[in-house]
Amino acid sequence: MKVLVPVKRVIDFNVKVRVKSDQTGVDLANVKMSMNPFDEIAVEEAVRLKEKGTVSEIVVVSIGPQQASETLRTALAMGADRGILVKSDGEVEPLAVAKILKAIVEEEKPELVITGKQAIDDDSNQTGQMLAALLGWGQGTFAHKLELDSGSAKIEREVDGGLQTVEVKLPAVMTTDLRLNEPRYASLPNIMKAKKKPIAEKTPADYGVDVTPRLKILKVTEPAKRSAGIKVKSVAELVDKLTEAGVI
Amino acid sequence: MASLVLAEHDNKKLSDATAKTVAAASAISTPVHVLVAGQNCGAVADAAAKIKSVEKVLVADDALYAHMVAETMETLILSLADKYDAILAPATTNGKNILPRVAAKLDVPQISEIIKVVSPDIFERPIYAGNAIQTVEAKLPKKIITVRITGFKSPGEGGSAQIEKISPAADPGTAKFVGEALSRSERPELTAAKIVVSGGRGLGSAENFKLIEKVADRLHAAVGASRAAVDAGYVPNDYQVGQTGKVVAPDLYLAVGISGAIQHLAGMKDSKVIAAINKDEEAPIFQVADFGLVADLFQALPELDQELAKRGR
Repeated sequence: MKVLVPVKRVIDFNVKVRVKSDQTGVDLANVKMSMNPFDEIAVEEAVRLKEKGTVSEIVVVSIGPQQASETLRTALAMGADRGILVKSDGEVEPLAVAKILKAIVEEEKPELVITGKQAIDDDSNQTGQMLAALLGWGQGTFAHKLELDSGSAKIEREVDGGLQTVEVKLPAVMTTDLRLNEPRYASLPNIMKAKKKPIAEKTPADYGVDVTPRLKILKVTEPAKRSAGIKVKSVAELVDKLTEAGVI
Repeated sequence: MASLVLAEHDNKKLSDATAKTVAAASAISTPVHVLVAGQNCGAVADAAAKIKSVEKVLVADDALYAHMVAETMETLILSLADKYDAILAPATTNGKNILPRVAAKLDVPQISEIIKVVSPDIFERPIYAGNAIQTVEAKLPKKIITVRITGFKSPGEGGSAQIEKISPAADPGTAKFVGEALSRSERPELTAAKIVVSGGRGLGSAENFKLIEKVADRLHAAVGASRAAVDAGYVPNDYQVGQTGKVVAPDLYLAVGISGAIQHLAGMKDSKVIAAINKDEEAPIFQVADFGLVADLFQALPELDQELAKRGR
């Protein structure tokens, strides 16, 4: 079985985000960038399936600037087989990403697409669902556990009330939640090996997709700041303060 | 034209998230219709009809919709989409699961998790775990929107909308519900509670989490947790508050043994009052807490329980 794993290059999750003073966005200059953490979980899941012998090939895709090839190298070092970089310098909205991925799916014919449930930059949580809809496939979003059978997959999902299991026909799309697995760190020999793995370079035009944004970002601003309050000395004082504030 | 709001419910009870989404819809396009899709969900439809400013409630009552599986919900909503220029759902796991499919099929981008309607075409939404707010203009033939409910107030009751039965749409047959393991609790729902008491890694075990639950029960509060506590298996996943878990904005958020990672703050920093108990006085949680107590939680929690009891709570 072939698996396709779309990955996104985003600001590292440990970086404190700064809004630009001209309100055009957040400052990405000289900021550490990494693979979206949910996509790392997606790569890890695919690699584990390959180690079990269920999966024969893992293709990773990233849509973004030239530097997104570093994100692909990370995935290749974790155990993916080859990469596709779809070069695009500007912001690409989830719907356009889904259209590019659909074209790639039609070429590559994977039986399963695994990707993160959301990217931690724009927090959209859309791409996997949109891709599944465009392909007319079933989906298992916010996955907590995956069980593959022949022709179908049982996916346990993290939902508001607890856990829910759905059975989807293959091919299908799965998006990962935090507790699906714990991604590995790539070993040095694997990082060296990854340098020799192939990455094909493409453009959105190669797939006939127009990536012009359809939403207009008017501004990006800082949220209302919360300032630190006071320290209380005892539990009794805490209860006093909460009573005064009228919240208990 | 009109907007359509997807109701959030469990076939028995309508979630308050629905009314808050109606509030957002009313500011975008009126009249507002509510779609209740479920099985034996008559009581839910009745409750939806009472939400102020709802004109009509559409009910698709069929086994197909018992668990709101995204693939079947997609075809149902698409069968109605012609009549609406805005389709909204609360940003619950159902809303997030279903609406992007609808947007993709209608070939329009989705606007996720709005917190404010500036004008019918302009919305505010948090990005980067709430560390930045994006103002986005959507001049689109159809607006597909999920709503972060902490940003909106329920319009209240007083409506008497007409209830109309609609027929189920085609089943694409690509996915089916198999089962669920839901957390049962007598406590208020996390996203609707007035008080939330949350525990973090500092609790150290599932057993110790009972200290949190005891205080929560005394305050009639919901129980939340940080990602660290969920990952460690102290509590189930649906307790998680944060960027990728639940977003809450209660009157009081009491964080115990939670250091306050950016991803956790994203889920609770809009609470009216934040109180924190942590033994590390440098913990980032104190930078957003109105009231901070530097103390060992294993002493402070039982003491808090007694103090509340003493004052008749």
